[in-house]
Amino acid sequence: MSAASDPFAPLDVDRLAPRTLMVRRALRHPGFLVGTGIVLLVALAALFAPWISPHDPDAQALGRRLIPPVWDAAGRWEHPLGTDHLGRDYLSRLIHGTRVSLIVGLFAAVVSGTIGTVLGLLGGYFGGRVDAVVMYLVTTRLSLPSLMVALALVAAIGGSLTTVVLVLGFLLWDRFAIVVRSAVQQIRSADYVAAAVAAGASPLQVIAREVLPNVASAIIVVATLEMALAILAEAALSFLGLGVRPPTPSWGLMVAEGRQFMFFKPYLIALPGAAIFLLVVAVNLMGDGLRDITAPEGRH
Amino acid sequence: MIRFLLRRLAISVLVALSVSIVAFALLRMSGDLAQELAGERATAEQVEAVRVANGLDRPLPVQYLDWAQRALRGDLGVSLFSGEPAASLIAARLPVTATLALTSMALALALAVPLGVIAATRPNSWIDRVSLMLAVFGQAIPNFWFGLILMLVFGVYLRWTPISGSDTLAHFVLPSVTLGLSAMPAIMRMTRSGMIDALDADYVRTARAKGLLMPAVLVRHALRNAVLPVVSITAVQLGALLGGSVVVESVFALNGIGQLAYQSIQRLDFPVVQAIVLMVSFIYIVLTFLSDIANARLDPRIRLA
Repeated sequence: MSAASDPFAPLDVDRLAPRTLMVRRALRHPGFLVGTGIVLLVALAALFAPWISPHDPDAQALGRRLIPPVWDAAGRWEHPLGTDHLGRDYLSRLIHGTRVSLIVGLFAAVVSGTIGTVLGLLGGYFGGRVDAVVMYLVTTRLSLPSLMVALALVAAIGGSLTTVVLVLGFLLWDRFAIVVRSAVQQIRSADYVAAAVAAGASPLQVIAREVLPNVASAIIVVATLEMALAILAEAALSFLGLGVRPPTPSWGLMVAEGRQFMFFKPYLIALPGAAIFLLVVAVNLMGDGLRDITAPEGRH
Repeated sequence: MIRFLLRRLAISVLVALSVSIVAFALLRMSGDLAQELAGERATAEQVEAVRVANGLDRPLPVQYLDWAQRALRGDLGVSLFSGEPAASLIAARLPVTATLALTSMALALALAVPLGVIAATRPNSWIDRVSLMLAVFGQAIPNFWFGLILMLVFGVYLRWTPISGSDTLAHFVLPSVTLGLSAMPAIMRMTRSGMIDALDADYVRTARAKGLLMPAVLVRHALRNAVLPVVSITAVQLGALLGGSVVVESVFALNGIGQLAYQSIQRLDFPVVQAIVLMVSFIYIVLTFLSDIANARLDPRIRLA
């Protein structure tokens, strides 16, 4: 009996290849589409920042300080989103700010993802004492106030993009470890793992060929959520003056610089803050969507 | 129960030990302590004298043990900036941060638990969607920015609240809302998913089949079981609030632990930073230990496992 002859057949979906099924689910997931769309736009802005920015983001013009955005009566089209206290074009700084946020988010997630995934794979696969050590490391990490330690480390080492990425990478791996560990525990007793072991594969081979591919989707979901956390953390560090150094256009730094003028020029803090918020919402929507799409039983 | 308690206690002590090693390492990573103590203009001989006088020439493990012993007796070292003991600096600022953490947590719970329960009883209803949106909002909004916006709207434009300082309880309203919103999403999601699981369970179906009224079923049967993970996440979040208050205290000029940590970090006054990290971690460890005990008391399956 073909599925087409029975309009009520729910089996239709099951006959599709997993990849086709995922694409279908993705296209029907509004949150995922919106989130991914915004992230792609931000990524394009970061990639082409020098070409689409109307001005040099670091060029100061003391005669053009604190010009409001165009929707204000005093605004000028020359600076669509106004200028800051040093006369730098705000739109150009916002566009260049995408680079800091995305670089920190992406690389911090790669560093923390590597650490957390290795620990989670070891703990979940070997269990027993290895697992006890992994959980002990996770508990220790969770007991440390991450933002305080990050601030202290950046202050001790010196603020730069690399420092921020490494510090956040070394502090945000806990969720990777926990999620990967429990995902591995679930497939540890699967037949294909037992078959690989019986066929004489070494633990490293089993983990690399059988286990890792099957927990990959869980890793990607956590990676997006951690990326959002890292973007927020970088903004907070830079806001407190212990992140990337001025004049690098970081959104958190822009809020800090605009703070002293916020009572009469609220756009100075409203715009960069809204940019952080929008990007983090978009990354989170993408992550939540990925979780729904890759879940075996679909949306839940 | 005793065995369970002892095991948890042993783990907590071990974690406290490793946290103290990290805190110790943090201080040593920050530079040459003898140089800092002696001052910038000290000669090489003076620095060496300070090094020997303070025992900084001994092997690191010996120094760690010495430091840990003194920390156990409540001696957390001395500020490089003011010369005051770190412990008394912390004690003076603790009430502000404790007030902030408790009011924020009260706000977060007051919002998260009812919303989570209602959302669970009516999945996909408008209230479920609104609370989900609120969670997305709370998770994504940078709290330093949210604090500044609240300050602008309620402190400057509407003039309802003071904008900075910690003199009266009114000063804590905006900081608590800011910090509470960041703790809310995790608690709400946990309440919602716990309630959905509990409402699905056989004992709830039995209770409903017996004809018990819905509110009674919700509170006596479902919430009682759903509350376990909520207790855990609340303990975790309370610890996170203590550590995360750095940002909010700096935005609202609240003179608490977070502000002390921030100032000490800026001055590279690492003995104080080390003491604060140690104390916040210990409070977190104690909180999670207490929540484990509370969970074990509420659920016999845990304590008898």
